[in-house]
Amino acid sequence: MKSYTGFIKKEFLHIFRDKRTMLILFGIPIAQILIFGYVIKNEIKDIPIGILDQSNDQMTREITTKIISSGYFKLKRNLQSPNEIEDLMKQGDVKEVIVFESGFSKKIKNEGSASIEIITDASEPNTANLLVNYTRGILIDYVQKNQQQINTQFVIEPKVRMVYNEGMKDVFMFVPGTMAMILILISAMMTSISIAREKELGTLEVLMVSPIKPVQIITGKVIPYILLSFIIAVIIILMGYFVFGLPVRGSLALLLAESFLYITMALSMGILISTVSKSQQVAMFISLFALLLPTILLSGFIYPIENMPWILQIIANLMPPKWFIIIIKNIMIKGEGLALVWKETLILIGMTLFFLLIAVKKFKTRLE
Amino acid sequence: MRTIFFIIQKEFIQIFRNKTMLPMIFVMPVFQMLVLLYAATLDMKNINLYVVDKDLSETSRQLISKFEGSPYYFITGFSFSVADGETDLKKEKADVILHITSGFEKDLVNGEKGDVQILINAINGVKAGLINAYTLNIINQFSLGKQQDGMLKSGSAALGGFDIRYRFWFNQDLNFKHYMLPGILVILVTIMGLLLSSLSLVREKELGTIEQINVTPIKKYQFLFGKLVPFWVIALFELAFGLTLGRLLFDLPIRGNLLLLFGFSSVYLMVVIGIGLFFSTITETQQQVMFLYFFFNIVFTMMSGLFTPAESMPDWAQIANHVNPLYYFMRVIRMILLKGSGFQDVAKEFYSLVVYAVIILSLAVWRYRKTV
Repeated sequence: MKSYTGFIKKEFLHIFRDKRTMLILFGIPIAQILIFGYVIKNEIKDIPIGILDQSNDQMTREITTKIISSGYFKLKRNLQSPNEIEDLMKQGDVKEVIVFESGFSKKIKNEGSASIEIITDASEPNTANLLVNYTRGILIDYVQKNQQQINTQFVIEPKVRMVYNEGMKDVFMFVPGTMAMILILISAMMTSISIAREKELGTLEVLMVSPIKPVQIITGKVIPYILLSFIIAVIIILMGYFVFGLPVRGSLALLLAESFLYITMALSMGILISTVSKSQQVAMFISLFALLLPTILLSGFIYPIENMPWILQIIANLMPPKWFIIIIKNIMIKGEGLALVWKETLILIGMTLFFLLIAVKKFKTRLE
Repeated sequence: MRTIFFIIQKEFIQIFRNKTMLPMIFVMPVFQMLVLLYAATLDMKNINLYVVDKDLSETSRQLISKFEGSPYYFITGFSFSVADGETDLKKEKADVILHITSGFEKDLVNGEKGDVQILINAINGVKAGLINAYTLNIINQFSLGKQQDGMLKSGSAALGGFDIRYRFWFNQDLNFKHYMLPGILVILVTIMGLLLSSLSLVREKELGTIEQINVTPIKKYQFLFGKLVPFWVIALFELAFGLTLGRLLFDLPIRGNLLLLFGFSSVYLMVVIGIGLFFSTITETQQQVMFLYFFFNIVFTMMSGLFTPAESMPDWAQIANHVNPLYYFMRVIRMILLKGSGFQDVAKEFYSLVVYAVIILSLAVWRYRKTV
């Protein structure tokens, strides 16, 4: 038993004396949540636009002022001729150009119709779509306010409520996502690399000839990472709460228990990876491609899974993070209990047992 | 010069005899394109709509049929109880509830505002924003259509005579894949340049072989240059490979000058490989360099405007982006490929990267120690 505690102590020293890695491990979740919270925004604000006003009468000036003062757009350039549009767009300085045809208000009065052209830079398709919608909204609003003859019938006023996340903060999605990602990163990736490292440097042999049992070697390797993962999980929850006001509406104990389950699962994957890889690079690339990329992409934390082709949806089902994210979303944001997440929990338990079983089977106590 | 040549030769031999390298070079782009591109889509389709129609009038049915007819919506439930809808929302069976209150038609005809409530599951803010835009759009269209019908009868012109036309330039069909593909190419060459170069140097440190180099008369810059060139060549090859794949599989438009793109990429790669080499001079083990890479990669990639436009970021983030090489390349590759921008359009970014490359490479050479 004494040799075992000594072994665990060695592992702790290995990990915690590497200050640089420690700093980064704590830095990643913090930076990521801050960036997602403050930087990544899909809102339309102060988008640079150009206006080509070929009539420059009172009406077009009013509309222009209304558009500029909406807060969504800022006027970057007043164009003089249609030939300028293409160059301006290619420079990427403006995202949208609004073109009023000449004699605008005269045409409205005399012919009853005049055209406004909205040209958007659709190399960013979603932004382009939003820009058109916003501009249209402003134009319609202008018409409804200024034209008395407009029909007041059939004006629908939709009231929108954003359930679970009134402010539509992206953090609500990214805190669970970051947790799923960082726990995989630490638990699976670091474990697999650290075991592979002992293999590569030959120190694993030393451990194997020592009286410590293989099970003890593995658990000894794993214990420091469990602790580390847990601390980081708590930091993420605290940051979400104190910095962004992300509540933990459900049971905190359940949340921590589920995190523990997920950490165990990730560690068993880490051990499995290390048993099949000979060098750190191999372990790294397997973790990167088999774990990390799918965690980021196929877990639904940035991109909704429902929009993916069916084959990716099936693959996503095999990815543990997807289930973990569903679980924490339900517990943290919706405030649900085990009643709603028991299925996902069982899936995670099943995956953990599966990985652990193969890992133990594959772990060789001898060298080839 | 001969020395550099031999170092480069050594590096190439080392890279290609490593069995993980070749699959990395050829499998990764295919994998990334197929998985990333299909996974990373914000094209909304299959929005699950739950309808609560308490009015059950002609007008409410017409409005609902607009949603039925839309390719984006899929009606998953229909009842008279909002609570039932909310249960489905909670279970994620529905993304959005459309609640039409009773008296909807009467209000509309009487010139009062019709009451429609929309409840959106907003845990994923980005998705909720899009659903919101789509839903409001359909309702607005519907309301306008009805108004026009009414006005045609009374003889006045629709929308006060405003004839609004849209034109989506550079990407008429709003194809999200064409937007993401250049971004994926950026990530691809960045991994190749930054990660592989830094790993290769640190590995020599860890295994001790670097001391053998250090005792030779090879100069610092020669050694680093020898490390730089192979990954530079591989990454450029990777870009060509990725472009070809994108062109063949996804019909990626290449509107600009390819020579300009490769010229720009060459400078960009100098920067990222420089960063990679600099990283490896300040770390001791592959694990450290891996995590360092990871940290910067996450920060750089997220801030580069890969999935949200860099222009909508707060001012301080836009200033911080000046030291983010991915930001320049992300912007320029899209400009060249999708918009056909020429050199004068990207000149500012080009010169910025040249300065960046000079600084970071000299920093790496300065920081590299031949002594232990």
